[in-house]
Amino acid sequence: MRNVMTVFGRDFRSYFSSPVAYVVIGLFLVLTGVFFYLLTSSFMQYATNLQWQAARFRQPPPPVNVNHMILRPLFSNISVITLFVVPMITMRSFSDEKKTGTLELLLTSPITTAQIVLGKFLAAFFLYAVMVLLTGVYPLVIILFGDPDVLPVAIAYIGVLGMGAASIGIGIWISAMTENQIISAMGTFVILLFLWLVGWFSNFTTGFLAGFFEYISIVEHFDDFAKGIFDTGHLMYYVSLGGITLFLAHQSIESIRWRS
Amino acid sequence: MIEVRNLTKRYGTFTAVDDISFTVEKGQILGFLGPNGAGKTTTMRVITGFMPPTGGTAIVAGFDVVENPLEVKRRIGYLPEMPPLYLEMTVNEYLNFAARLKQIPSGQVVEKIAGASRKVAISDVGDKVIKTLSKGYRQRVGLAQALIHDPEVLVLDEPTIGLDPIQIREVREMIKSLAYEHTIILSTHILPEVDMTCDRVVIIDRGKIVAQDTPEGLAKSLKGTEKLTIMAEGSAEEISTAVTEIQGVQKIVDSASENGVSTLTLECDFQFHVRKAVSELMSEKGWALLEMKVEETTLEDVFIHLMSDSSEEVVS
Repeated sequence: MRNVMTVFGRDFRSYFSSPVAYVVIGLFLVLTGVFFYLLTSSFMQYATNLQWQAARFRQPPPPVNVNHMILRPLFSNISVITLFVVPMITMRSFSDEKKTGTLELLLTSPITTAQIVLGKFLAAFFLYAVMVLLTGVYPLVIILFGDPDVLPVAIAYIGVLGMGAASIGIGIWISAMTENQIISAMGTFVILLFLWLVGWFSNFTTGFLAGFFEYISIVEHFDDFAKGIFDTGHLMYYVSLGGITLFLAHQSIESIRWRS
Repeated sequence: MIEVRNLTKRYGTFTAVDDISFTVEKGQILGFLGPNGAGKTTTMRVITGFMPPTGGTAIVAGFDVVENPLEVKRRIGYLPEMPPLYLEMTVNEYLNFAARLKQIPSGQVVEKIAGASRKVAISDVGDKVIKTLSKGYRQRVGLAQALIHDPEVLVLDEPTIGLDPIQIREVREMIKSLAYEHTIILSTHILPEVDMTCDRVVIIDRGKIVAQDTPEGLAKSLKGTEKLTIMAEGSAEEISTAVTEIQGVQKIVDSASENGVSTLTLECDFQFHVRKAVSELMSEKGWALLEMKVEETTLEDVFIHLMSDSSEEVVS
């Protein structure tokens, strides 16, 4: 465990010794902030309209659902932005170490490849978690000034973190295969985009394929979380995707020892 | 301390290291010498547990690299050809990371960093970012990383490559001073380096060991012949013809003349008194003998001799 923490500590700090962490977190917060502003504004407009209409017909205004109108679409948007941000977080992971030769230091130290992979995964995931939890101010604003259900918000965050873990697993795996950061980022992005789009294919296929496409789509699994429904099946999907990709990353680092 | 047994490493169909065996005793410095691409780095990477061999094995400090790589890694300090540095870190941050990677207990980390920094004389740059350091300093930081856990064995891959002459001398001195506490394998393609620092030499070419001995032993093994340089007044051609008739002179390697003074280099058989015969010949002919010296056989001669031998074998 100490070995994992050693790798984790160095990797996590390295995000902050280059502009990567600042740029990524900054961009992410600006984008999610814009979505939050727009969603809140249109909600306000809608609510004012309703109130105005109600006054006109001398009736009490109908109840509006904040969760449904602001938070659910906000989390869907966060999940999409994640697709763009995760490749930026993971692109350096192994690629940089391969390029500068520091991987040789790791692989000749008394530490196993599994510990290296796990340390690197945790560093990227921790950065991602910090970034995602910073968006907590948006629901917090709603909680302070409105009356949303808190549980669905917590469940949505579990979904965002689960989806992130799976995406980061993919990113780490791709970066383990190349020493070029651009290829690493692009490869990860393309795979994530594919897993995002693949859900659509299920609309045009039938039978087993339709189910299969739906099942592997990374976003299909997120929908329930965004709605505030906690389904362990969806969580298992993220956990297994993360597990498989980290295993593949492990194999691809081990194969350097056999081939190079 | 290190025992390499029938080590073979193939990449696909290419054989990088072909059935080599050698041993290094505790406290020795072994020089691993060979042209580029001879298999030096591959051998070192197998010894350090970076990659497994295709056949054979290496035993380091009593542990087999194939069966027990983690134990071997605990006892080895490795400086690859390109020092594995994180450029954005400061020297102390980097050494701290290296110390933790090598599982030094938290309480001893600071002390070990100070110790390793002192050994390679980088204590004054501890707070500098590695990116800002010169090549020589970076090499030393790499060396400090290899030393930090006081390993029994140090493996240094071309430790002086890319340094200026003064830095090269400093690094060599450093390596020599380390030999009392560590067993060292260093690879190089620079011959004087081996002569100056190593107790034993293994010469490798195309994955095969072509010779292994002490540097002096290797030089002696070639001493069937000696090189004699004479400088005398007179025309080079006349002197050459006269000299070739002396018994024991095998051939004239080199001849030149300038302002009526000729310089000739002869290859002679050891057993005959060529020098006496030459001086008698000179006085007989009336040529003034200005200089005569026997050239030491250097490791370079041995190396070139061995390399040309093995390339001839390949051709035939």
